[in-house]
Amino acid sequence: MSSKASEFDLVISGVGGQGTILASDIIGRSAVLEGKGVRAAETHGMAQRGGSVVNHVRIGCELGSMIPLKGADCLLALEPVEALRYIEFLADDGVIIMNTESVYPVTVTTGKAPYPSVDSIVEKLKETHRVIAFNATEMAAKAGSRQAMNVVLVGAVSNFLPVKTETLLERVKEMVPPKTIDTNVKAFETGRSMVE
Amino acid sequence: MSTREYMLGNVAIARGIVEGGGKVISGYPGTPSSEIVDTLSAMKERDFYVEWSVNEKVAMEVAAGAAMTGVRSVVTMKHVGLNVAADPLMTLAYMGVKGGMIIIVADDPACHSSQNEQDTRKYSEFSLMPCLDPSTPQEAKDMIPYAFELSEKFEIPVIFRPTTRISHGKSEIELGAITDHKAEAKFEKDTSRWVMVPANAVIRHPHLLGIQEGIMEELENSPWNELTINENSKIGVIASGLASVYAKEAMENLGLEASFLKIGAYPVPEGLIKKMYEQCDTVLVIEELEPIVEDRCKVIAKDIESPVKILGKTGGYVPRISELNTDKCTKAIGDAFGIEVDVPEIAEPELELPPRPPALCAGCSHRATYHAMLKVFGKRAVFPSDIGCYTLGVQNGTVDTTLCMGGSITVASGIYDAGEKQPICCSIGDSTFFHTGINGLLNAVYNKSNITITILDNRITAMTGHQPNPGMGLTSTGEPTKEIDMELLCRGLGAEFVETVDPYDVKATEEVFKRAKDFEGPAVVITRQACVIHARRAGVRRIPFQVDTEKCIGCRMCVNLGCPAIEFDKETKKAHINAMCTGCGLCSATCKFDAIVEVQK
Repeated sequence: MSSKASEFDLVISGVGGQGTILASDIIGRSAVLEGKGVRAAETHGMAQRGGSVVNHVRIGCELGSMIPLKGADCLLALEPVEALRYIEFLADDGVIIMNTESVYPVTVTTGKAPYPSVDSIVEKLKETHRVIAFNATEMAAKAGSRQAMNVVLVGAVSNFLPVKTETLLERVKEMVPPKTIDTNVKAFETGRSMVE
Repeated sequence: MSTREYMLGNVAIARGIVEGGGKVISGYPGTPSSEIVDTLSAMKERDFYVEWSVNEKVAMEVAAGAAMTGVRSVVTMKHVGLNVAADPLMTLAYMGVKGGMIIIVADDPACHSSQNEQDTRKYSEFSLMPCLDPSTPQEAKDMIPYAFELSEKFEIPVIFRPTTRISHGKSEIELGAITDHKAEAKFEKDTSRWVMVPANAVIRHPHLLGIQEGIMEELENSPWNELTINENSKIGVIASGLASVYAKEAMENLGLEASFLKIGAYPVPEGLIKKMYEQCDTVLVIEELEPIVEDRCKVIAKDIESPVKILGKTGGYVPRISELNTDKCTKAIGDAFGIEVDVPEIAEPELELPPRPPALCAGCSHRATYHAMLKVFGKRAVFPSDIGCYTLGVQNGTVDTTLCMGGSITVASGIYDAGEKQPICCSIGDSTFFHTGINGLLNAVYNKSNITITILDNRITAMTGHQPNPGMGLTSTGEPTKEIDMELLCRGLGAEFVETVDPYDVKATEEVFKRAKDFEGPAVVITRQACVIHARRAGVRRIPFQVDTEKCIGCRMCVNLGCPAIEFDKETKKAHINAMCTGCGLCSATCKFDAIVEVQK
């Protein structure tokens, strides 16, 4: 249920350094090449160093880049806890696509805070939303590099975006380092196959 | 070729500078403004000069000098940087310019990466310089060539104020033509104009006031202000800059019929406001941060004895803190006009989420420096610090104060002067030292502060995205230049104890800190090790470490360093080093049980 101001609203959350910006760039550029207006917002600077980060991508939008609460059609989470942290942006009938591989924050490694079990996070999210959860990091490793995890998830979300798959795949080839094109194409396709 | 490109707001602004024929561009990095100069520096073909200056005051003066010769110039900074440059700003308004000059100051409502939320529009009111306030990245680009022209027409610099969501927002940008207008630099002597001695300044002040009406008239009719009168409604909404797109979305969602005025240029368009007052009996003003438009609106209503009711931050409809969004605007409009708003119910997550604050990177040399510092000076010592990545050392217990760029050494001096009995050891980064730390060290030497000054020299301006500084021997465009010798500089400022050490060498670092602590007078310790991210990009590879689980007793000494590469395995009750390890060796050096060793191939 996107608001009237946008055709499709996507929230991408994760940890600084995981590749949220590249993921949103692949999607944003693809939509622009298909003639759609795009507004996006991203996290830079001090918040980035291993901190919690969130990107907003609004496809078919001419206004502001910030998605209203309960306005997003999809939440793409590169890390389990970061899925739960931004759930307020997701519409009641929105879908969650999430990586089940955890990245522990310093507060957890130093014993200051507990990290909830990934199963409990998935269960919690399933109570209210459609959840597509899988270990994208392992799938990326199988495709050739753990770093391609963000592209696995772009592949998965491609099933929902109002953008052609070929356009997205072309952008992937264009925007990843040349040596890693094969790995990333494979990563995209495995991700895409995770959604029926 | 397509003229529509998907780009970052700051990249769009850089494009606007090229389209508008900017010839000298200077700046000091600061999130969210940094990518403007970064983009221009990275361009392979350039017919303009671009530099990272050592601080904002210097950058402002460089751009002012260029504009005196008749060429178009730009200076960039973040909002707090304008405080550093406020001195030249105020007099430059009197003096004016010949070539168009734009002062780009990125504001950061909500303090995404800043120490305060100040509103640059106040400096526009204060200095009497016009200000442009974009509502989208597209408008940001389009405003730049216009700003050059406006500046030249009235011979006064123009303040351009994007906010975080413009600078770090992305959208498709319709590119424009690149101007042929490129003035040749020619400085024309005119002491009445360029020498602000009192006799000349008193003449320029009325001149500055005198051009205000012309500027207002020009801006009133500019495309940046848009009035839409709705004859079926007695209510009006006025929104400025970025807030105008949030307000539009909120009005669409509510199906609200109202007159709407979007303001993108200051001084505010009085004629358009008056026209709105003729139609409306209640007006809601929506703007981020300070009630600048709102206050003007009240003055205008009073002047013309209009009975219109003006709501906004007054009455608490619009918050004065943090950034706005569509939800806040929807609520403000609903409250102001008595419209029922369907507020989404957000349930608190039942699972407790671990906080994920930003942290020093795995292998960051600042962690090693702070570890040695804390060990030598002790927890009761006072640790004033500064603005940079190393501020994240607040989690390591070695950042007790952070006031502003360059404020560490001076605050340390003040604490010493007050009679504090504990040892005082402050920390400042390389770029920050060049920015305004030099003055602090000079002052500490001159006034005999008995403090230790640690310069965390990671060979780059890291936090804002790896910009070069005078310590690197590279200019903004990557050209080799004189590398400033930090040790010689400190000695030149009068410091007698100056030692450089590699913080990865934990023992040596502790030894230097001990000597510095015992030294009577200001002692300078330079801890030098390249930023770990930059070093990796440059191809440096160190052997990672692992935990020998036989020897590990689970004391958590290494875990408490707060390195993202070290985890505590709850089941085995032993430390574990993950794939993020960069091989700095700090944990190995601190392990009393020799349980952390290099990975054997």
